[in-house]
Amino acid sequence: MRRSTLIGGSLVVVFFLAAWLIKGAGASGESPYYSAFLITLAAFLTLAVFSFLYADNPVYKFAEHLFVGVSAAYWMVLGFWQTLVPNLIPRISRALSEQLELEYIDELWNVLYVIPVVLGILLLLRLSRKLGWLSRYAVAFIVGTTAGLNFIAYTRSNFMAQISSTFLPLVGDWTSWAAFVDNLSLSATGPLALLMANIVVVLGVVCGLIYFFFSREHSGTFGMASRLGIWILMITFGASFGYTVMGRISLLVGRMTFLLRDWLGIIAS
Amino acid sequence: MQQKHFWRFVIGLALMTMATALGQSEADPPVSDTLAVADTAAISVPAPLPVTNLIARDKPNDRGYGISLSWDLSPDDTGGTQSVLGYRIMRSTTPDGPWDSINVAGSGDALYDHIGPRHEGDSGYFPDHTDMYYRVDVLTADPGVAVSSGVVGPVQSRGQWFNTARTVVFLFMIAFCGLVIWFVTHARRGKDLYVRPLAGIEAVDEAVGRATEMGKPILYLCGLGDAAEVPTIASFTILGRVAKRVAEYQTQIIVPCRDPIVMTVAQEVVKTAYSDAGRPDSYNPDSVFFLTIEQFAYVAGVNGIMLRDKPATNVYMGKFYAESLIFAETGTMAGSIQIAGTDEIPQIPFFFVACDYTLIGEELYAASAYLSREPVLLGSLKAQDYAKAAIIVFAILGFLATNVSALGGPEWLAGFVDLFQVRE
Repeated sequence: MRRSTLIGGSLVVVFFLAAWLIKGAGASGESPYYSAFLITLAAFLTLAVFSFLYADNPVYKFAEHLFVGVSAAYWMVLGFWQTLVPNLIPRISRALSEQLELEYIDELWNVLYVIPVVLGILLLLRLSRKLGWLSRYAVAFIVGTTAGLNFIAYTRSNFMAQISSTFLPLVGDWTSWAAFVDNLSLSATGPLALLMANIVVVLGVVCGLIYFFFSREHSGTFGMASRLGIWILMITFGASFGYTVMGRISLLVGRMTFLLRDWLGIIAS
Repeated sequence: MQQKHFWRFVIGLALMTMATALGQSEADPPVSDTLAVADTAAISVPAPLPVTNLIARDKPNDRGYGISLSWDLSPDDTGGTQSVLGYRIMRSTTPDGPWDSINVAGSGDALYDHIGPRHEGDSGYFPDHTDMYYRVDVLTADPGVAVSSGVVGPVQSRGQWFNTARTVVFLFMIAFCGLVIWFVTHARRGKDLYVRPLAGIEAVDEAVGRATEMGKPILYLCGLGDAAEVPTIASFTILGRVAKRVAEYQTQIIVPCRDPIVMTVAQEVVKTAYSDAGRPDSYNPDSVFFLTIEQFAYVAGVNGIMLRDKPATNVYMGKFYAESLIFAETGTMAGSIQIAGTDEIPQIPFFFVACDYTLIGEELYAASAYLSREPVLLGSLKAQDYAKAAIIVFAILGFLATNVSALGGPEWLAGFVDLFQVRE
């Protein structure tokens, strides 16, 4: 370990201990030093991740490895105790259920649950050099069944719903041309805006789909429609970008609120 | 032989559909006359007239455990004394009770679907193929005043093999599968199916060459999706191509995975690519590895790899979510060439602003066909183009039909529009 890393690491530890003790001294409740430790740790880890904005550094590396390691272990334990054990054991074994203090229900017993157990074991055989090829059957089953099930869902949502979403009336409440012209306004909810919006939707869907034609060259009229399609897509992406950036800023506000209110107590709760 | 099996399947399907239809017609209960039983205790509001024409039948197009009820409103609901507050649905296993209160429908409601849980032991469970009896009580502001309808039944719930509300979806699926089989067969016979060039994919070879010249690795991410998701499957095909080039140029590839099953498939893909390139011994099993399943922990890990290993090229293909910009920004900081492709619409703009090449949505699927030139993928790509053409045609026809119908056009136009409505 380099000397500068050692000094930097020691300074961080000293700062952490000082911040913890100061926070603990000012905290109230049943176990002030314990809750102060958790808040200070969370704040230091937040700052460690933020330090990446300057450059890669040992403090960020520490936070990164801690995060990756803890999350991998956490999800494995969670998957075992919250998915595998409660869903499988009460359905296949009374003895194991009693061992794990789970309620065994006779009616739930189902031999079909042996199939996922076998598939799971096949996946784990990946660890064996000789039998690793058996895991392909489990993967093929998972990929095949999910793709088949999704086929119906996608046909409905991406095909049928896409078609029916373009069945739009040009004019919401049609009575006559005179009435339409009389009610014409530039209001966002007015008939003119509705008319324009519905035309853009239909035109956008048609031209957007033309852009995604791959088996034909985009030239001539077809190419013009395709170019219009990519324009519409780009405008949509621009709007989506701005909208999502606003969402990300709210996440930053959340972190800053944690640091300034929960940790430092600078802003009132 | 295949054709014989197909016709057997079709005949079997037709027989099952007929059997279901016959069974359903037997289950339809007769419409009972109503019988008003007024609770005369403590009347402070006038007793309303009961509902009439109560009908209970098996809920159609479901997986069982559902009964549909319909009735004519009490004359005192919208007119008369207007004393109706709601309708209480009552159920029993015998015509004489005891009765269980199922739910209360609001005043003005003349329909109710009683859908029970599927598992015995759950509250409100009722088994399929069991006689049930129903009645509807008219409720008023005075809890003591409730007027019951006559009892209808017996009625049984049952599941249907075929959801007739999705017949159009079924027909489109058959048509699409037919198109895929047709074009795949043509492609296998050697017919050249044109796929227009995609800039992002043309750049892959260039990017691998750059990595070789620089002596740096290539980082490939399959996204955060499961192995069975369409973009992840497309990503595997592109990974195969990239890994083959990597093997040919004797450079290095790094594939950190978020999903253990994705990792398993990716290992197989990379291994096969090395074998196809004639260099099976160069394959390093550790080049494809599991990082973690937690989204942002995975991001932190990948960012670390980007900054420490400084890959010459980063390829992001698959399903990406909020981490897309973090990856792309870190890759830019590390000075890598970046090629991205995803069908997640909200993430495409982030890749656009930070990557050198971006595949938009379906271009990702087309890329896998373009690279592999496999007849199955080329055929399905061509079939997808025909499906898109069908969407355009039906969208325009439906749009015209909607507007002509709104202007007082013939009734069949409204029927055409109704064909495409998505129903449960």
